[in-house]
Amino acid sequence: MHIQRSQVIRGATLLIALLFIVRLFCIQVLSQEYVLAAEKNIVQPVIEHPVRGMIYDRHGTLLTHNAPVYDLMVTPSAIRHLDKEAFCRDFSLTRQQLDQGLQKARSYSYVKPSILIKSISLSTWARVQDNMEAYAGFFVKVRTTRHHPHSMLANTLGYMGEIGPDQLASDRSHYYRQGDWVGVSGLEQYYEAVLRGQRGMRYDITNARGVYQGKFKRGKLDQPSVPGQPLTTTIDAPLQAYGEVLMQHKLGSIVAIEPTTGEVLAMISSPTYDPNQLVGSMLGKRFASLGKETDAPLFHRPIMAMYSPGSIFKLVQVLIALQEQAIKPSTRYACRKSPFNCREHPSPLNLQQALQHSCNSYLYQVFKRIINQQASDSVYEDTRIGLERWHHYMQGLGLGISLGIDLPGEKRGFIPNAAFYDRCHGVGRWHVSTVRSLAIGQGELMVTPLQMANLMAVMANRGYYYTPHLVKQVGKEVTGRDLVHRHSVDIAPEHFDFVARSMREVVEKGSAWRARIKGISVCAKTGTVENLHGHDHSVCVAFAPQDNPQIAIAVYVENAGWGARAAASIAGLMVEQYLRGKITRPWIQAYVQKGNFFH
Amino acid sequence: MKTESNIFTQLDWWLLILYVGLVLFGWLNIYAVSYEQGLHHSVFDLSRSAGKQLLWIATSGILFTLVLLLETKLYQALAYTLYTCTLLLLIGTLAQGVHSGGHSAWLQWGHMRLQPSEFAKLTCALALAKYLNGIQGPLARTNYLPMLLVIILLPVALILLQGDMGSGIVFGALVLVLYREGLSPWLLLLGIFIIAVAVLALLLPRYYLITSTLVLSSVTLCVSKRSWRCFLAVSLVALGTVALAESVHWVIEKGLKPHQQNRIKALVDPSVDPLGIGWNVTQSKIAIGSGGIMGKGYLQGTQTKYGFVPEQCTDFIFCTVGEEHGWIGTALLVVALCGLITRILHLAERQRSRFARVYGYAVATILLAHFTINIGMTIGLMPVIGIPLPFISYGGSAMWSFSLMLFILLKLDAERKNVLFGRELTIE
Repeated sequence: MHIQRSQVIRGATLLIALLFIVRLFCIQVLSQEYVLAAEKNIVQPVIEHPVRGMIYDRHGTLLTHNAPVYDLMVTPSAIRHLDKEAFCRDFSLTRQQLDQGLQKARSYSYVKPSILIKSISLSTWARVQDNMEAYAGFFVKVRTTRHHPHSMLANTLGYMGEIGPDQLASDRSHYYRQGDWVGVSGLEQYYEAVLRGQRGMRYDITNARGVYQGKFKRGKLDQPSVPGQPLTTTIDAPLQAYGEVLMQHKLGSIVAIEPTTGEVLAMISSPTYDPNQLVGSMLGKRFASLGKETDAPLFHRPIMAMYSPGSIFKLVQVLIALQEQAIKPSTRYACRKSPFNCREHPSPLNLQQALQHSCNSYLYQVFKRIINQQASDSVYEDTRIGLERWHHYMQGLGLGISLGIDLPGEKRGFIPNAAFYDRCHGVGRWHVSTVRSLAIGQGELMVTPLQMANLMAVMANRGYYYTPHLVKQVGKEVTGRDLVHRHSVDIAPEHFDFVARSMREVVEKGSAWRARIKGISVCAKTGTVENLHGHDHSVCVAFAPQDNPQIAIAVYVENAGWGARAAASIAGLMVEQYLRGKITRPWIQAYVQKGNFFH
Repeated sequence: MKTESNIFTQLDWWLLILYVGLVLFGWLNIYAVSYEQGLHHSVFDLSRSAGKQLLWIATSGILFTLVLLLETKLYQALAYTLYTCTLLLLIGTLAQGVHSGGHSAWLQWGHMRLQPSEFAKLTCALALAKYLNGIQGPLARTNYLPMLLVIILLPVALILLQGDMGSGIVFGALVLVLYREGLSPWLLLLGIFIIAVAVLALLLPRYYLITSTLVLSSVTLCVSKRSWRCFLAVSLVALGTVALAESVHWVIEKGLKPHQQNRIKALVDPSVDPLGIGWNVTQSKIAIGSGGIMGKGYLQGTQTKYGFVPEQCTDFIFCTVGEEHGWIGTALLVVALCGLITRILHLAERQRSRFARVYGYAVATILLAHFTINIGMTIGLMPVIGIPLPFISYGGSAMWSFSLMLFILLKLDAERKNVLFGRELTIE
């Protein structure tokens, strides 16, 4: 019996051993689950952020780049014999700050590095660089933020911010992840896809506490990041800088375009801000305070602000009238100061003189002739047909439509059509005198400064324009062929020649005399836009030289009174700055910078 | 009569070779755990586990010579004295013990630390052997049972008071020795039945067991002859089962510490909370499972080296074996340990004195318990109960205690033909 019992015990031992061997065979040989789990345990995928593309002006001047920021990191477990006194001296810390920082780092992790001081200054870093050996456990980590060395073009360049939940949800490419930084406005937003590059992935081996141990499979699976592509913009940095100086302490915009290409040379939105304020950790705080300012520095006026065009619109009416043969250059009208009041000027006038003196009364007659061409017996129906035709011309000139500039948030302005007045007054209940404000560029009309500059490009080109754009080169490729188109206008070039000659007269003999520059044939038209909320807006559009024009420009200065003063002066200065690179009439510049346009 | 000079010819070399092989293999794995790429530490560096373990192994060699030199009679003569000494040490540990790893099982003098519970296994085996040596015939009658239980349960009680459940459970294996010496198999079966019910109570939802017991007993009553006695027996068994299951729940909820409860819960379902309760089991299985057939190679383990497996040097040393040496390594180690235990059983059976035989069985069953619980826990077949894997795990007390157990057995076995004093075996 005892023999049997000893065998029972031996049998149990063998049975247990067999059970273990089978079980081990199951989990070690048959199952793959544990191999994968082990890999997941030690492999830490780390995102490699690509370097964002830089932004240059048309001459290769750096507008935006990635500046290094130095963070002082600490790994509490690696600290050895720290001389706290010397450390505090080197990093300009108080003893208390250091102790609190170390305490915070320790409570985060004893073995993983964390930030002790965020963005230490470059001078501190330069000073302590050689002393770092003495501080075991501390090291400096470099990250980058956007930096704009010229501190200009703020709204056009745009800024970056953390991606929002809506954008994350609508991202069809599934590229972005929570916490990613993306361009939120301006060029940073519009060209996000090319600027950002392609993120890479690195596979690190970490231990159970998350401390780096080495590369997984010696980095065989790592994908390096692809840097973003640089942008070459069409901006002329000196002109842009000069424009921003001129617009200081004023509200408004300047847009300058190279007519032959549609390239935007300058785009000034005033007031502006230092774009370096909206980078990195400062974004949240500064954005909130900028948003609260009453003159709205974040509002990109050149493409978003909509104004009544005012007197400059008379150029458009004359062009259409000539094309429609509703009027001849020799047609004369006497100024009846009706239905609009007019300034004192000689009367009667021919067409060119009417433009020179900006005669409201004359222009009403022109408008009436465009609209009412006896296409129908009913005066109401006739007006309807005429207004639709007029509206068609407007769209051809790039008014009331989106021009398609490579910036987010472009406004279309507003050019009323017949359907609009049908809604306002009822079908068959309005005629030309109802909509007479359109004749002198007031009423429901709304245009943006960009559209006005573009209109000048059409004038300069005598009948066509290229889509205005800000970027001419992405990386090494000249771009934009798919976005930039030539748009022709159904108006004969000789009519443009007539208007150009008239604009030349405005400079030489009329209201735009402050834009007169010796040796440059500037063509301009000023406007004083009635404003319900305060002083009139001062407006001037211009292009130069008269033949073979190189710059088309629109200047809006809000609440600055007559167009002949602020806007015409600025337009002239900008033209000279661009064409000559210097200013020959310093008194005009002084006049603009003094900024007192009412006395 | 043999002389001292040729004791080596009498030694059981199989056992000795297995022992040396296991100890060296264990040391290699401890070295692997503490190995860090690029850092060169001396093998003898006493600030590291591998260096210290080397010291324990070397001192075990001294113990071996000592045991061989001492008289065989001494162990029998001093059995009770040694037993009492360890009981006193255990009491001393309760009073002065050092806390570490959830329980206070260590006595400390200066830099020396001793775990008396490890030595209690040895002395309890000796005391048990001596007591049974004084008993005539098999243990068929139960009047010796209370004293036997006292001998076993005294150290168990003191160890459980320290909070060291694992070491306490190991003593339960000594029941097998009593079974070998004639304890009724019914008692053994009863024990197994109780354990089975307790495990089922844990594994199954609470009312499954009660319902199935009721159904089973009703069915039994229906098919059996409907007598008074039968009814009484069946209902007693059913009642006992339900009471046992309920008390298991009660003990677990009220009697066990949270970390002990968690260990038992994690056995049932480690996936409930893979980073909390089930962390040890999950990571241990991942480490072993990722080894594959051939393993990742010596010193190439990642899970054990990067700290995913807890207690890698001591209780979870088997994970290092599994990860670095694969199924070949683990299967060989299981075969080696199983071979060691069966060899001890073989040695025990060939003893002439009851003292030596009982002692041999006690050593075998204690090793069997360690083997079963430790490996079972690392592969998720047993709850996480912290006891070392004999001869493999790091630890001075365990190394010395297990080595001494084996050395004494070797000495007794070598001198078995000289036995004149013990009682002759009676084979029934």
